[in-house]
Amino acid sequence: MSNRLPDVTRRRFLTWSGVAAAAVGLTAGATQVPWSALLDGATHTPLQPGQGVLVVVTLYGGNDGLNTVVPASDDTYQADRHELAYQPSEVLDVGQGLGLNPGLAGTKGLFDDGHVAIVRGVGYPEPDHSHFRSMAIWQTASPGSPTGAGWLGRWLDGTGEDPLRAVSMDSVLPPLLTGASTAASTLPAAGLSLPTGPTGVAFRALAGVDPGDDVLRARVARSGRDLAQVEQVLGPTLAASRSRSAGASGNDAGAAAGNPAGGGKHSQLADQLATVAALVEARVPTRVYSVSLGGFDTHADERGTQQRLLAELDAALTPFVARLGTTDVGRQVVTMVYSEFGRRVLANASQGTDHGTANPVFLLGAPVVGGLYGEQPSLTDLDAGDLRASTDFRDVYATVLGGVLGEDPGRVLGPGRTPLPGVLANT
Amino acid sequence: MTVLADAVATRRLLDRLGLGPRPGELAAAVGQGFAATLDRLLAAPVDPGPPAPTLAPITDRGTPGSPERAAAQQQRGQGQDALTRWWLDRMWATTSPLPERLTWFWHGHFATSAQKVNQPAFLLTQNETLRRLGTGDFRTLAQAMVVDPAMLVWLDGRTNRVGAPNENLAREFMELFALGVGHYTEPDVREAARALTGWTVDTDAGTARLVPRRQDTGPKTILGRTAAFDAPSFVDLVVARPESAAFVAGRMWSRLVSTTPPPPQVLGTLTDAYGPGRDLRALLRAIATSAPFHDAGTTLVKQPVEWAVGLMRAVGAQPSAVTTPPRGRRRGQGDPVHQHLEALGQVPFRPPSVGGWPAGTAWLTPSAQLDRMALAQAVVARATVPPGPTGANAQLDWARQTLGVDAFGPRSTDALRDVAGGDPRTVLAVAALTPEYVISA
Repeated sequence: MSNRLPDVTRRRFLTWSGVAAAAVGLTAGATQVPWSALLDGATHTPLQPGQGVLVVVTLYGGNDGLNTVVPASDDTYQADRHELAYQPSEVLDVGQGLGLNPGLAGTKGLFDDGHVAIVRGVGYPEPDHSHFRSMAIWQTASPGSPTGAGWLGRWLDGTGEDPLRAVSMDSVLPPLLTGASTAASTLPAAGLSLPTGPTGVAFRALAGVDPGDDVLRARVARSGRDLAQVEQVLGPTLAASRSRSAGASGNDAGAAAGNPAGGGKHSQLADQLATVAALVEARVPTRVYSVSLGGFDTHADERGTQQRLLAELDAALTPFVARLGTTDVGRQVVTMVYSEFGRRVLANASQGTDHGTANPVFLLGAPVVGGLYGEQPSLTDLDAGDLRASTDFRDVYATVLGGVLGEDPGRVLGPGRTPLPGVLANT
Repeated sequence: MTVLADAVATRRLLDRLGLGPRPGELAAAVGQGFAATLDRLLAAPVDPGPPAPTLAPITDRGTPGSPERAAAQQQRGQGQDALTRWWLDRMWATTSPLPERLTWFWHGHFATSAQKVNQPAFLLTQNETLRRLGTGDFRTLAQAMVVDPAMLVWLDGRTNRVGAPNENLAREFMELFALGVGHYTEPDVREAARALTGWTVDTDAGTARLVPRRQDTGPKTILGRTAAFDAPSFVDLVVARPESAAFVAGRMWSRLVSTTPPPPQVLGTLTDAYGPGRDLRALLRAIATSAPFHDAGTTLVKQPVEWAVGLMRAVGAQPSAVTTPPRGRRRGQGDPVHQHLEALGQVPFRPPSVGGWPAGTAWLTPSAQLDRMALAQAVVARATVPPGPTGANAQLDWARQTLGVDAFGPRSTDALRDVAGGDPRTVLAVAALTPEYVISA
């Protein structure tokens, strides 16, 4: 991976899942639950008060945590990061000698309002520096053998067949949402109008069942059936969301959160999150949404690139969290932001950093008790140049599984996990 | 397992080791038979193809907001578009499809993107290198890629120097290009990065160059061997490993045969043929003559570019001649076909990361079928294949033969009857969306 892989297409991250899924043997075996159950779900089983919703934001490429939650006043940080270092005056103070990257102005506002928990030093034992393996570990929550179902896929396996339970806003599924027997659904990002006339009739007929189909041909046909269902159920909601986000143009929510980066410009991520907000507000009974932002592999010329990406994240996340805070159903949502690893403490010679380890994880939303959690990793007690993790990422997962999804963490993650106390208001 | 008849296996050969038949090619190949067709495919040299675009180096990139910057960005965008147009037309026109298919395969393998490589000329150079060396031996190909100008930019090799290594290229070379995860250690990566130090890129000339004072000439210990490794000897070391043979054979298998890995015995046959010479043609022959290649169950999802180029070849619609862009696009970069492929998630020279594009069922999403339809309709509007018969049944069979489909099942036959008897181009467009055509049988 390389730096500046940013804006890319909505399918950018499929590479990751494609390669990782192939490595773990999921590509051929994953079955997608048909959208046919979706209509019933949306109309007959709307999201109930008290049912938490989890939005997972994956930052692909290995976001540099030390320049995200910055120990700017630490002499070792300044010495090791030289040109890459932020000065204490540049960062946005969150206490305990730490400051947020200047790109995260809106998030800082949410933090001050008490809606952001920052869990520091999150990682896993025996860190791996491969993007693909490390991402596979984060997405499967199986550090020893990241070869099976995704962690939320296992949750899906145990919670019935409803295809609405988890939705990927990227057009192909990330491994985290792929279970052994069940998989989440995808939504087309745009263009949900099916053809009309004889061609439309033929197009729909191609979605029919043919007993002679092999597995792959049957998948093509079923994708056509799923498309028809999605159009029927979600077409109006998606259209409303698109017009709403176009009309808002970074004005209401962005300005309310004091975010100067809005500027009326909507990124793909902002659109995806606006759609998520619309679906939640429509009480679609989805409990998990997945979105992503790529390009964090900043081996060279890191500072400008990362700050730009964090500003893009911030500009998408801030109005999203603010908007959700305005409705009862929106206040059931917790958003989690993570990346597969951080970067080395010592900058390389290209004004960048190489693949590292422990990293902060962000939790945002009304149910979150804001503040700093976990231990800030030492910059001097290193493991071969890498930060030492103090919080196991599976404990963060346990927190949201129990506190947001109402699931027994042990069933998904195995025994011995400890939810982080106090991060969520109900725990 | 059901063994394919010779004619069907020959059709599969044109799909998997080529880019699909142009009008008349399938019948001719079936007449020659599988063995002769395989010989012919493997023996055909690279054809000259349409002339490559002239891509001047972008030298003055200006300061942000300046007119020079805007001009450079415009030049860059135009260069990238010209490059994509040229390659799609080349894939469409080629009468020597195996080297072209392998160029496409290696582009996904050594995946390098214009997202970061801001000199279109570098990407053209890499593409031509992949075509020239892509059917020779892997060692020579890997040697060229590790000092390829676009690659040195893409994976920061040009900033990798003695005393200040950048691990990016070394890591991805072992993980994704030549060895596979699990067959090296973190210290191997750090030492390999030292071996690759010293290479820089001359922007004006578009060439890579070794700068001795930037090179780490000391001893390195890589994969258990200690020597003063440099780029060539490091590549030799890696490519000679037995795990490298299995890795390269497996990657090729996953794109040309099936995402189900070859059984151990078949893999052994492949790596034996590949041999110490890392002979890619011998590996391809072993793949095409293996039992799974002749098994009716070994189907494969066509990647969007393979599906689109195959369709355009079949109906005689030159990519650069297609004029209808997708509806509702926010901004139009590139030709209409380029934009359709962007909607489908796969544009040449823009892989989403160094890992290349996904494979298999990842492409079979609900929205993709809509995007395929838009592209198919744009393509058939420019079809040059003679329109064929008028009767509904005859039209169905004509569409089947034109696209090189073995047979339509009852579901697809019913669907095609909804449009048969009218505009034959509509029949072609619907046929292109049938599961029988979207999946390579």
